[in-house]
Amino acid sequence: MLLRRLMLLGACLGALFAAPASAQDRVLNVFNWNDYIDPYMVQRFTRETGIRVRYDVFDSLETLEGRLSAGRSGFDIVVPTNEPTFSRLARAGGFRPLDRNLIPNLRNLDPVLQRQIASSDPDNRFGALYLWGTIGLGVNPDRIRALAPDAPLDSLALLMDPTHARRIARCGITMMDSAIDVIPTVLRYLGRDPNSTAEADLRDVERALMAIRPFIRNFSTGGAIEAMAAGQSCLAFGYSGDMIQAGLRAREANRGVTVRYVAPREGAQLWFDLLAIPADAPNPEAAHAFINFLLQPDVMASITNHVRYPNGVPASRALVDPEVANDPAVFPPDELKASFFTIGPVPQAAERARSRMWARFKAGR
Amino acid sequence: MTAATRRALVLALPVAWMLLFFAAPFAIVLAIAFAESVEGIPPFALALNPANFALLLEDPFYAEAVLRSLRVAAVSATLCLLIGYPMALAIARAPERWREPLLLAVILPFWASFLLRITAWIGLLQDDGWINGALIGLGLLSEPLKLLYTDLAMYVGITYCYLPFMVLPLYATLVKQDPALLEAAEDLGARPWRAFLTVTLPLSLPGVVAGFLLVFIPAVGEFVIPELLGGPGAQLIGRVLWTEFFQNRDWPLAAALAVVLLLAVVLPIALFQNRAAKP
Repeated sequence: MLLRRLMLLGACLGALFAAPASAQDRVLNVFNWNDYIDPYMVQRFTRETGIRVRYDVFDSLETLEGRLSAGRSGFDIVVPTNEPTFSRLARAGGFRPLDRNLIPNLRNLDPVLQRQIASSDPDNRFGALYLWGTIGLGVNPDRIRALAPDAPLDSLALLMDPTHARRIARCGITMMDSAIDVIPTVLRYLGRDPNSTAEADLRDVERALMAIRPFIRNFSTGGAIEAMAAGQSCLAFGYSGDMIQAGLRAREANRGVTVRYVAPREGAQLWFDLLAIPADAPNPEAAHAFINFLLQPDVMASITNHVRYPNGVPASRALVDPEVANDPAVFPPDELKASFFTIGPVPQAAERARSRMWARFKAGR
Repeated sequence: MTAATRRALVLALPVAWMLLFFAAPFAIVLAIAFAESVEGIPPFALALNPANFALLLEDPFYAEAVLRSLRVAAVSATLCLLIGYPMALAIARAPERWREPLLLAVILPFWASFLLRITAWIGLLQDDGWINGALIGLGLLSEPLKLLYTDLAMYVGITYCYLPFMVLPLYATLVKQDPALLEAAEDLGARPWRAFLTVTLPLSLPGVVAGFLLVFIPAVGEFVIPELLGGPGAQLIGRVLWTEFFQNRDWPLAAALAVVLLLAVVLPIALFQNRAAKP
C-alpha cells in the first residue's frame, strides 16, 4: 500500500513540477516526504529564483537513509527526521554544514525548539527545522465512550492499560509499525527514561506491549490515516499530523466518523523534520537558497495550512488560517508542551535488540 | 570459421551474461558480507571479518526465519502445482485452436502491474471487502471473517502471483506428449486414472520440477506479498533482511544473510541437478 502511494504521488508530483522546465540549467533536487509541502510554494521558488526544482518524494525514513547511505544520491535537499535517520547520517558525515551567512532566515526559527533539536544536532550545525509534531493517540471519541465510558481520552492508559484496550479492541486498534517511535513513549509511560537502552527496561516494555497485543487489530504507519478516517479503527497510535489529516478526511466523507488527535498527558515524544544538505549535493548554493526561501513566515504559514503540521517559525502563526492556528492538536498549549520530550541517538546493538523485540511483539509470541 | 570458434562464440554470450549479472553482483555482496559495519557513507569498511557469519549461526532467530521462508515457499509451490497441473493438462488437451487463447489468459494478468494486483486482493479480502460482503449478503456470515493480514491471505497472494510460472513449463512438457502413448495404455486395458499415473504424470516430471523450482526460488525471498497481505507474525527472511539493512543499518550482516540464503537455496538444487544428470 505504501509502495503504491509513493509511486502514485511521485508520478503526480513529477507531472506537476516538470512543467516549468525551460532553458534554465540551474536545478535543485529535493527529496521530501509525500504530502509534505504546499506545491504552490515550489512554483513560487522557481519563479523568484529561476532555479528549476526536481521534486521527489519518499514515504519512509528507510528509503531516504538507504539512498543517502549508498552515496552520490544526487539530492540537494533532504528532509530526515531527527532520530534516528538525521543523527545517524550526520555522525556518518553525510551532511554539509549549513552556511549561516547564506540562510539569514535561520534567525526566524524558534530558539526553544532549536535547543531541543540539539540532542540530535549539536549547535544546529547540519539541520534547519522544517516541520515538527508529536506522537500520540488518534481517537474516535464516540465509539470509545460507547465501549469504555470510564476510559480517560487524554491518557496513554487508553491504549496501554489492558482493561481499557480489551473493550476498545471491538472497534479496532491500529498500532504504528515503528519500534523507534513507540518504545520511548512506552518507557515514559512506565516511568523510565525514554532514552533508556537497558535490557531490563526493554523487557518491561515488551511485557507491557505483549499485554495489549491481543487487542491490536493491525500494524500500519501510513495506513492509519485511512483506517481511522473510514472508521475501521477507533484508536490509533501515530503521528500528530496523520491523525489530524484523518480527522479532516472523516469530516469530508461525512459518514458520522470523528477523529481527534490527543497528545497523551504522560508526555508525548517530539519529532523534528530537518532540512539538510547531503555532503555531496551537486548544487549546495541552490539548496541554501531553498532553505532560506522556506523559512519565511508567509511561506511556512501556507505550508502549515496545507499539511496541518506546525512549523519552526513562530512569526508564521499569525498568518496561518485561524481554524488551523487555534487547533490545539496542531499548536499545543504551553502547559502541554512542557510535558513533551525528545529522544537521542541509540547505539546499533540496542537498535537491534529493539527491532528484535518489536518483531516478537508483532508476532505476538 | 571453424566449428570450435563458432561454439566458443555461442557460449560467450551466456558466460558474459552470467559474469555480469550473477558473478559480479554476488562478488560484491560477498565482499560486503565480510566487511565491518561502521558509521560512514557507505556504512561499511572492507575487511576479512567472519563475525557476521558467526552471528548468523549463533543466533537461532535467523535460522528460524530461513526455515519459515523455505516452508512458505514449499507450501506455495505445492499449491501452485495442485492448481496449475489440471490447468496445464486441460490446456494441453484442449482443441488446438483453443490452446493459444487459453495460454494467453494465463499470461494476461502480467499485463497489469504486480502491485496493483496485490492491492486488488486487499480490496477483495478486507473486512468490508467483496468476499466478506458477499458472504454476509448471502446470510452465510453475520460477522466478517478475518481474511486480510493472515497466513491464508499470504498464501493466496503468492499462489496467485506465481501460478503462471507453474502452468507454462507444465504445459510445455504435456503438449509434447504423444497421444498414441495414452491410446496404447487404454488398448492394454488401463483406466484413465491409471493411464494418467503410469504414463502422463511420469513423463511430465521434468515440467513439474521446472515449475516447482520457478515458483519455489523467488517465493523464498518474497518480500512484498507477505508485507502487504500477510499477518504481523510472518517474519520471513525478506523482512529480516530488510530490517538488518534499513532499520539496523547493518549492511555487512544483511549481505551475509543474503549469501547464506543463496547457498541454502542453490546448493540443494545444484546437488539435485548433478545427481539427475548422472545416468
